[in-house]
Amino acid sequence: MSEHIVPLKVYIGIFVALLLLTALTTGVAYVDLGAFNTVAALAIAVVKMLLVVLFFMHVKYSSGLTKVFILAGVLFFAILVTLTLADELTRHWSPTPSGWGALLPFFTRFF
Amino acid sequence: MSTATLDVHEVPTGSRVNYLNAQYGVKSWLLTTDHKRIALLYLFSITLMFFVGGTFAVLMRLHLIEPQGALVQPETYNKLFTMHGVIMVFFFLVPSIPATLGNFLVPMMIGARDLAFPRLNLLSWYIYIIGAIFTLYAVISGGVDTGWTFYTPYSSSFSHTSVIPTALGVFITGFSSILTGLNFVVTIHKMRAPGLTWFRLPLFIWAIYATSIIFILGTPVIAITLFLLGLERLLHIGIFDPAIGGDPILFQHLFWFYSHPAVYIMILPGMGVMSELITCFSRKRIFGYSFVAFSSLSIAVISFLVWGHHMFVTGQSIYAGLTFSVLSFMVAIPSAVKVFNWTATLYKGSISYDAPMLYALGFIGLFTMGGLTGLFLASLATDVHLNGTYFIVAHFHYIMVGGAVMAYLGGIHFWWPKITGRLYPDGWARFAALVIFVGFNLTFFPQFMLGYLGMPRRYAVYPSEFQVLNVMSSAGASILGIGYLIPLIYLTWSMRYGPAAGPNPWGAKGLEWTTPSPPPTENFEEIPVVTEDAYDYAHSTVTRG
Amino acid sequence: MAVHNAHPPGFAHQFEDMEQQREAGSLGMWVFLLTELMFFGGLFASYIIYRALYLPSFEIGSHLLEVKFGALNTAVLIGSSLTMALAIRSAQVGRRGAQVGFLITTMILGAAFLFFKFTFEWHHDYLEHLVPGFGFVIRPEWGAAGAHVPMFFCFYFFMTGLHAIHMIIGLGILTVLTIMAHRGRFNPQYYSPLEVSGLYWHFVDIVWIFLFPLLYLIGGRYMGAGH
Repeated sequence: MSEHIVPLKVYIGIFVALLLLTALTTGVAYVDLGAFNTVAALAIAVVKMLLVVLFFMHVKYSSGLTKVFILAGVLFFAILVTLTLADELTRHWSPTPSGWGALLPFFTRFF
Repeated sequence: MSTATLDVHEVPTGSRVNYLNAQYGVKSWLLTTDHKRIALLYLFSITLMFFVGGTFAVLMRLHLIEPQGALVQPETYNKLFTMHGVIMVFFFLVPSIPATLGNFLVPMMIGARDLAFPRLNLLSWYIYIIGAIFTLYAVISGGVDTGWTFYTPYSSSFSHTSVIPTALGVFITGFSSILTGLNFVVTIHKMRAPGLTWFRLPLFIWAIYATSIIFILGTPVIAITLFLLGLERLLHIGIFDPAIGGDPILFQHLFWFYSHPAVYIMILPGMGVMSELITCFSRKRIFGYSFVAFSSLSIAVISFLVWGHHMFVTGQSIYAGLTFSVLSFMVAIPSAVKVFNWTATLYKGSISYDAPMLYALGFIGLFTMGGLTGLFLASLATDVHLNGTYFIVAHFHYIMVGGAVMAYLGGIHFWWPKITGRLYPDGWARFAALVIFVGFNLTFFPQFMLGYLGMPRRYAVYPSEFQVLNVMSSAGASILGIGYLIPLIYLTWSMRYGPAAGPNPWGAKGLEWTTPSPPPTENFEEIPVVTEDAYDYAHSTVTRG
Repeated sequence: MAVHNAHPPGFAHQFEDMEQQREAGSLGMWVFLLTELMFFGGLFASYIIYRALYLPSFEIGSHLLEVKFGALNTAVLIGSSLTMALAIRSAQVGRRGAQVGFLITTMILGAAFLFFKFTFEWHHDYLEHLVPGFGFVIRPEWGAAGAHVPMFFCFYFFMTGLHAIHMIIGLGILTVLTIMAHRGRFNPQYYSPLEVSGLYWHFVDIVWIFLFPLLYLIGGRYMGAGH
């Protein structure tokens, strides 16, 4: 935490930016961008989160230790999602032998 | 101020003010914010839970003397192994070293007066007690039979036992761990004494720090998982319900995301204790300090990447299985680094065989066996044969009991003079360590063989050709049980009748040994300034006394 | 050798000085927020998985939520974050009246959020038979994807419910802070409780910043894709 006093203008500016981004994300939902709709929504949410974290939560003026801790948290959340998805999304992949693997029946005949 | 010279001519314990006699009365204990008193509150509570969980184990081993079961109905047997697991994992092993030795020693080892948040520390203990009460209520209201792993859909939809009180008890106690971990992390970052840089810290502190990382990042996930399980049981609909597309494997992912790192919560502090014991009783610095320090952090991080190895045969995709298998082999590496470094520390050391060292030496062998057998399980093909058998039971008991509990007992014995100001009877201590070692191996080595031969775990009956090995295991369990009772008796006895201990009976290095035994409430009259590395035994003028 | 000067009120003696205490308090709250991240994280992870598996059902569910209430509530929470930040700033510059005023405004906005959510959204969904476990009705017009629509609503209620619980706890904390501020406990040298509570409040806001698009804006609202 810092002793740094954030100017009033900055707080108001961030507030306005957050409201505009909310309007933006709502508006973009009404435009057909296919799969990009989701990407846009998430990207805007991340930007909003960064504004809150850096300015309202003073991380911009905080020590490196705070930033490392936050990154660590995000990293472990990402691990949870990624490795679980690695299972859930590959359940129905079927391994069919190809390449060297296709030769396996030839060898097993001798064992 | 030098930390090496000591005045060993101490005023006898009873007449000096210390944290034990500074205030009297139940209120002074139940409302204390002194980390040392809180450590003792935990010591008392987890010892109680250990013997409750141990009783279930004894009942199980008595039952398994006969192939058709000698003691209880199969439904009851299911409750026995479930409650043994729940209590031992969540109410004994997870808090054991961190909440007792960690709470007592962390401020002292870093030269602080207390943890960063003493009232939060007391709250942690109360949360633990409330969680324990819910779980004990579940025990006496008929028990729970889902296995400590609470797999859905049995736990969410079909079991008629006290799942919700148990899950609630574990959920609540989880917050005790979280707050303890939070306290340790902030304390270690912000309250080290002047001159105590990270690389001068005792390795016990590194181990506690790594453990705290897991407390903080892992425990909340099992909290939300059990919360969701409880909601599903209550509302009869939820995210694990197959009727609306729920995937029971998702429960397992969420459950093991915490529960695998949890096993490292259970072993890392023991490894930290090991570094303290091996150095003191070889009178040598640790071999490869930074390797041991970084291996603790590596274990904490990699432990979060391997959870799927518990799910190789439950329906996970083969591709995920491959990924988790490779990562599981990697997690063995930092553990092996530690074993090599401890062994290298022993080499050419001046070794003494006091009870703490007997436990430490036992740890090296038994933990290594447990760890190596883990590789059989990390390998997909062999795991297909061994999963769900007694091989797994033996594997984790070698690490949890042969490793973690031995390290815990070694640490309790090592720091006992500091904590209580009393010496325990040395002969009985060494005898008990040997009884425990023999009893442990007789209990669990036959289980490796049983598992390999195909005996499934969590079964109340078994084919008669497995009886000899089962009887051996049960015989071992009775010896082990007696072995655990012996320290309970002499340690309790020593609190009243043991001879007074000086500040440093082992001649050990470390800031905690520069204080009187027991220490005063504020730990240090003046905050020490640290100028030397950890385990600087070569330059030490301190001898045993 | 630490000379015990007169420490400001609120100083805790396990620390060496106020600076250490402040840093420890702030770090402690960040660590706690990491645990909250993982706590919500389990729910968010599950949501991501089921959304990937059952996207059509999640779209149907999402279109049954009213974007206007979601957007309104988002604006309300963002406003409350501003007023919370301004309350802390008031303490930093030593203005007691402003502290209390901004804290009360934050509470009003938080309470408004909960009011809109419970009366206009949850209650309405209950009347529409969209609450799983409480008379959920799968509508024939949802087609084959209808079987998994209850899953979306499980997540909707669990996630917004857990968020609401955190809001209520936040309101409790704010009440205590308002009383303390009114009694003049905070000044430019000591306002730690405000700062760390602010961190908590902003975190709860950030959770909602993600909940809004993830729950209300799935599958787009363009012509032909829903109302």
